[in-house]
Amino acid sequence: MKVLVPIKRVIDYNVKVRVKADQTDVDLANVKMAMNPFCEIAVEEAIRLKEAGHASEVVVVSIGPNTCQEQLRTGLALGADRAIHIISDEMPDALNAAKILQKIVEKEAPQLVILGKQSIDSDNNQTGQMLAALCGYPQGTFASKLVLEGDKAQVTREVDGGLQTLSLSLPAVVTTDLRLNEPRYATLPNIMKAKKKPLEALELGSLGVDIKASGLKQLKVTPPASREAGIKVSSVDELLEKLKNEAKVI
Amino acid sequence: MAILIIAEHHHQHLGAETAKVVDAAQQIGGDIHVLVAGSNCQGAATEAAKLANVQKVLVADDTAYQAQLAENIAALVVELGRDYSHILTAATTSGKNFMPRVAAMLDVNQISDIISVESVDTYTRPIYAGNAIATVQTTDPIQVITVRSSAFEAVSQGDEVPIESIALVKDLGLSSFVGEELTKSERPELTAARVVISGGRGMQNAENFKLLEGIADRLNAAIGASRAAVDAGFVPNDMQVGQTGKIVAPDLYIAVGISGAIQHLAGMKDAKVIVAINKDEDAPIFQVADYGLVADLFSVLPELEQKL
Ligand SMILES: Cc1cc2nc3c(=O)[nH]c(=O)nc-3n(C[C@H](O)[C@H](O)[C@H](O)COP(=O)(O)OP(=O)(O)OC[C@H]3O[C@@H](n4cnc5c(N)ncnc54)[C@H](O)[C@@H]3O)c2cc1C
Repeated sequence: MKVLVPIKRVIDYNVKVRVKADQTDVDLANVKMAMNPFCEIAVEEAIRLKEAGHASEVVVVSIGPNTCQEQLRTGLALGADRAIHIISDEMPDALNAAKILQKIVEKEAPQLVILGKQSIDSDNNQTGQMLAALCGYPQGTFASKLVLEGDKAQVTREVDGGLQTLSLSLPAVVTTDLRLNEPRYATLPNIMKAKKKPLEALELGSLGVDIKASGLKQLKVTPPASREAGIKVSSVDELLEKLKNEAKVI
Repeated sequence: MAILIIAEHHHQHLGAETAKVVDAAQQIGGDIHVLVAGSNCQGAATEAAKLANVQKVLVADDTAYQAQLAENIAALVVELGRDYSHILTAATTSGKNFMPRVAAMLDVNQISDIISVESVDTYTRPIYAGNAIATVQTTDPIQVITVRSSAFEAVSQGDEVPIESIALVKDLGLSSFVGEELTKSERPELTAARVVISGGRGMQNAENFKLLEGIADRLNAAIGASRAAVDAGFVPNDMQVGQTGKIVAPDLYIAVGISGAIQHLAGMKDAKVIVAINKDEDAPIFQVADYGLVADLFSVLPELEQKL
């Protein structure tokens, strides 16, 4: 069976982003970019399914400007077989991204689509669920374990109260949580090999997606309320005294 | 204009988040209806009917809604939601699961995790792990919104309003419930506790988390953790505080053996008072802590417990 893994190029998770002075957005000029960490987990899971003999092909797909081919190559170096780049100068909102991915699902007919649960830039946590809805597929979100059995996927999900396990009829959409696996690093020989793997670039217009102007408008982006560092206390007694008499929280 | 709130609940009881979502809804303005979709959920419905400013409670009581399967809940909400201007739910793992499905089926975007209501169509929400706050306006005909409950106050109790039964059963049969492993705890819920004490990688192992328990008992605190502590298997996943875990805003947050990565800060930096206990005086957690104690946690924790 085929596994499709949509991935997103985002700011590196170690970078602390700054807001632009004119408050129109965050400043991403000259900032280190990388594959969204939850997408890395998705790629890793797909590759493990292939290594275990469950998947026959792993296809990575990304929507964005040419720079996102860098992350597609990373996916190929990690072990994906093939990549699809959907060329779009603007980053689509979550609904449009899901509509674009739905077209790729129609074309590729994967049995399983694995996505990250959220991207660490917009922190929306939406695309996987929206894609599942548009395709009419079941969803297993925030997965910490995935087991394939015949035409079903058993997904253990990280939920507020603990863990919940569901059985999904395939084809299905799964989104990854942090505990699903620990992604590998690409080795140099694999990075070299990835350069020769197929990467197909498609014009967004060629997909026939009905892209709507987004209903969402970002009016401004501001820095969060800042928090000043407080004081250092030298002992447990001093800490307790401050918490009782100054902060009055105990 | 009317607002539909999808209740967070445990069937017999309403989740604490729902009263906070009502606060967000009343700031938007308009009639407020609460939908309780569950199984044997009259208990939750009765509690919802007593929330101030709610005009009506709808109950869809069927085994199809027992496990809160996203496919079934979303199908129900889409059918009921078309008559509303806004559909709101808490940004819990349940709300995050079904709500984007609702939005896509209604062909609108979702506004995730709002922390304030600016007007009837404008909200603020954190992006980039809370390192920036976006103000977003929507022109969508139905606004689909998840609410970060820690940013709102629970509404008080009001007069009990009517409860209407909804006979719609949506059982799509796409997924089924296999089992669950819920963490049992007598302590307050992490997201509702007035005091939270969290341990990180510095705790070294699961056994040492017991050092936090005596303190939590004395302060009636919930216990949280960093991702590193969860990944290492010291504690279960539902204790993770942060960008991709739970968001807390208690009166007092005590971080023990936690370095203060941006992803952790995203989940707790709105606490009123932050205490950090860390042996590394340069740990970034001290940049947000009101009171920092540079010390070995293994000597501090027993002393703290004894002196409380
Ligand atoms: C996509 C993504 C999502 C993430 N989401 C989250 C999230 O939601 N929540 C989260 O917490 N993290 C999250 N992280 C992880 C985050 O980046 C950090 O790795 C993590 O928070 C570190 O945990 P820690 O502070 O416990 O460990 P460390 O950074 O290893 O810090 C341990 C601290 O303990 C101190 N210490 C050690 N021994 C002692 C002692 N005896 N006494 C006192 N102090 C001691 C050390 O000085 C150190 O400061 C995420 C990362 C990624 C990539």
